[in-house]
Amino acid sequence: MTGTDPLLLDEISLLLVWTAVTIYVLAFIAYAIDLARRSDLALKAKDEVVARELVTAGGGGVTSASAGSSASAPAPSKPRYLWARLGTVLTALGFVFHLVATVLRGIAAERVPWSNMYEFAMTGLLLIIAVYLAVLTRYDLRFLGSLMTGLAVLLLGGATLAFHVDVVPLADPLKSVWLVVHVFVASLATALFALAFGLSVVQLIQTRRERKLVDAPVDAEPKRSFLRTVPNAEALESLAYRFAIVGFIFWTFTLIAGSIWANDAWGRFWGFDTKEVWTFVIWVLYAGYIHARATRGWRGTRSAWLSIIGFTAVLFNFTIVNVFFKGLHAYSGLTT
Amino acid sequence: MTDPLRPSDHADGDGEEITQPRLGAVGWLRWGWRQLTSMRTALVLLLLLAIAAVPGSLVPQRTADPNGVTQYFTDNPDLAPVLDKLSLFDVYSSPWFSAIYLLLFISLIGCVLPRTKHHWKALRSQPPRTPARLSRLDDHRERSFSVEGDADAAAAAAVESAAAQLRKSGYRVARYDGRGTFSVSAERGYLRETGNLVFHAALVGVLVAVGVGGGFTYTGQRVLVEGQAFANSLLDYSSFNPGRFVGGDTLTPYSITLDKFDVSYVPPGQPGSGQAGDFIAHVTTQAPGQDAQDGEVRVNHPLDVQGDRVYLLGNGYAPTVTIRDADGKEVFHDSIAFLPQDANMTSLGVIKVADGLPQQLGLLGFFYPTMDVLDSGALTSTYGGLEYPTLTLRVYEGDLGIDDGTPRSVYTLDPSKMTQIAGGDSGTPALQLMPGQTEDLPNGLGTITFENEAPAGATGYEQSVKRFASLSIHRDLAGPWVLGFALLALFGLLAALFVPRRRMWVKATPKGDTVLVEYAGLARGEDPTLASAVDQLADKHGAVVPSTHPDTGKVD
Ligand code: HEM
Repeated sequence: MTGTDPLLLDEISLLLVWTAVTIYVLAFIAYAIDLARRSDLALKAKDEVVARELVTAGGGGVTSASAGSSASAPAPSKPRYLWARLGTVLTALGFVFHLVATVLRGIAAERVPWSNMYEFAMTGLLLIIAVYLAVLTRYDLRFLGSLMTGLAVLLLGGATLAFHVDVVPLADPLKSVWLVVHVFVASLATALFALAFGLSVVQLIQTRRERKLVDAPVDAEPKRSFLRTVPNAEALESLAYRFAIVGFIFWTFTLIAGSIWANDAWGRFWGFDTKEVWTFVIWVLYAGYIHARATRGWRGTRSAWLSIIGFTAVLFNFTIVNVFFKGLHAYSGLTT
Repeated sequence: MTDPLRPSDHADGDGEEITQPRLGAVGWLRWGWRQLTSMRTALVLLLLLAIAAVPGSLVPQRTADPNGVTQYFTDNPDLAPVLDKLSLFDVYSSPWFSAIYLLLFISLIGCVLPRTKHHWKALRSQPPRTPARLSRLDDHRERSFSVEGDADAAAAAAVESAAAQLRKSGYRVARYDGRGTFSVSAERGYLRETGNLVFHAALVGVLVAVGVGGGFTYTGQRVLVEGQAFANSLLDYSSFNPGRFVGGDTLTPYSITLDKFDVSYVPPGQPGSGQAGDFIAHVTTQAPGQDAQDGEVRVNHPLDVQGDRVYLLGNGYAPTVTIRDADGKEVFHDSIAFLPQDANMTSLGVIKVADGLPQQLGLLGFFYPTMDVLDSGALTSTYGGLEYPTLTLRVYEGDLGIDDGTPRSVYTLDPSKMTQIAGGDSGTPALQLMPGQTEDLPNGLGTITFENEAPAGATGYEQSVKRFASLSIHRDLAGPWVLGFALLALFGLLAALFVPRRRMWVKATPKGDTVLVEYAGLARGEDPTLASAVDQLADKHGAVVPSTHPDTGKVD
């Protein structure tokens, strides 16, 4: 790397990060417009039929595929959501800038670009967007687009403003292959939890709508809502579950890899250091979530709340615990 | 029934409620046990465990941060004792935290044992009978083909080839023929339940390994100045924490000498300047009857010695000081480890001269590897490397308080029975020395020399002061077991979550000169790919079967 100035590379990287954030903002707007417009799409007729069917079914449980199209099976005449498409194209474009920015940061630092808060945010959100885009090729989850890009704008923009630090050499405890493995897998798990979180949020809203739909009088004017174009609550729940369990596997691995690393670096594999506590709490919360899915009376809304609480803990662990809690994991890169 | 056994409040359960018993004590016991081993209890305990773990991250813990606890007591003198009563400084060994996880694990064992027994039986039983009406199942396909000749034989052959096909893709199969139909019942995914059981059992393994293994574990700390050696025996440790089952005689005999300690600093003007890194303790280890061996102890890379692991905990400077009395006779000569106070290695140390002078002497020293003077006149260090090493000393005369046998830390000085004779308000300025310099002690007590340890002919101060390394020696018998169980849990989890458990049926019914073939599948637990699996089965089987010659219905 003779001749390249790490400071210059980082400056270019920073510029690209801001470009990416700007594009994500545009993507967010496009997705938001899409959600607003979906309500206006000519699905009224269909909805009325659905509402009537539901009521005549004796007000019983909402069965799958009645309140919306299923996640995997495309509806017969699939509407072409132009704004959603634009949102996805913009997200992908933002992702490219984001990716290049992250790679440049890595080159500038001559190591993996995930060893302080700024870099955790950069790589973590890169993975969230990457997983989101990858999943889009299989499931139409563009209704989560505004949430995902919103998250990226807030966290990446926020982290860059608050946590950006110049490239400095790694502290000794971080010079380990486990930095590469442990942190990367943790970020990947976070990305999957984020998707599960988004789905659980939409699931809760959808459940409310479905309940109202069942209670509504037959000739009531159906409310305008993008939720009509979104899979039903049950489909959302099982999709959220699928992402959460993959995330849980990665998180379990993170926990194990972290212990191996701690044993090399600090001479004990577990010591209830603040960061370890929170990693454990998150793991237990998601174990609870998985159990809840299998417990009568806990499926549906309650387990969705657990998924939301779980991801809140993930975010808390990344932000508040990293910055404000005292512990051995003092790697935010921010000097106090 | 080969369904995995589940607590009765499982979402797929039979809906039977755990009703309150009318019977006597046995009934109540049984009822309590069923409550404890129910899904809901497990779930609530898991959530409680998550909540109970949180306070330990808000309040400093004695095990992880003992100094933090002391500080907390100083800062919150009223609150701290209350929190202490609630075990909030020892959350993870507190009665309430232990109660939660012990109940959880009792529940877990109570849940897993009957399931294991049930699963063991299921592993040896046949897939269940083919349902009479497959068309009732959600995932159902059918096709028919015409035959010339014996329709029964054609149907039987079709089912036989389907059975072979299913067997090949990992199903356990059983044939159920009769009443004019031929069918095969197939089941796969026993590994899912096996994985689930292995996962839960491995969690118990982790807990037991931590609990029991911890008793066989010891850690000891020792500070070594360059050139010093220590033997692995209780006497030679500065602190030693044995597990319950460790006796002093169990230590493996060997010795470690610190030959040299290396550290590098990012030079001024570069990003991260002054940051220290690449710490290496070069040591020689010697076990009885063996050749001495060179080794390195680095951060993240502990050194293995005779089954123990040696860790680098910390490092710093150990200025070498010689003190002579008024007659020029040496009364003290040693390298004293000074504890670093900041990133630029401003270090604090104590020198105690117990004998040889009219009164005992205590010296409180500050060492600055690269000394600079602040605007306020105070001294500071601006860089961790030895650029302008300076030692300042306050001198106290009197009683060190070490003669009555009270243990005193070598790093602190208790001046309560002493008079300050240099530095502070004593009227005499503190002593200030650079390597190689000698100063007079106040009151004509003698002289003090800050020795320059650099080899003859060396220029600059780079090697003028010795360094020390603080080493931590661990014997950990629990670690490998814990890791083993944790990995077992991970693999169990993979199987439990991703192996699909399902049943498949293929039924052939001869009707005149046609044969109706039905394919159906039923998921046991989460199985998002069931529909496509039934499609695949039907397509693959259909590709070989629609033949009028029963004997060509073979699968290869
Ligand atoms: C340390 C405590 C526990 C943890 C961390 C834990 C974790 C998990 C996880 C991660 C799963 C998902 C894997 C799978 O589906 O096989 C699971 C499943 C399961 N656990 Fe636990 N568990 C614990 C205690 C218990 C207890 C006490 C019970 C008994 C009441 C129990 C019963 C079950 C059952 C029946 C399933 C299968 C759920 C299904 O059908 O999908 N677990 N557990």
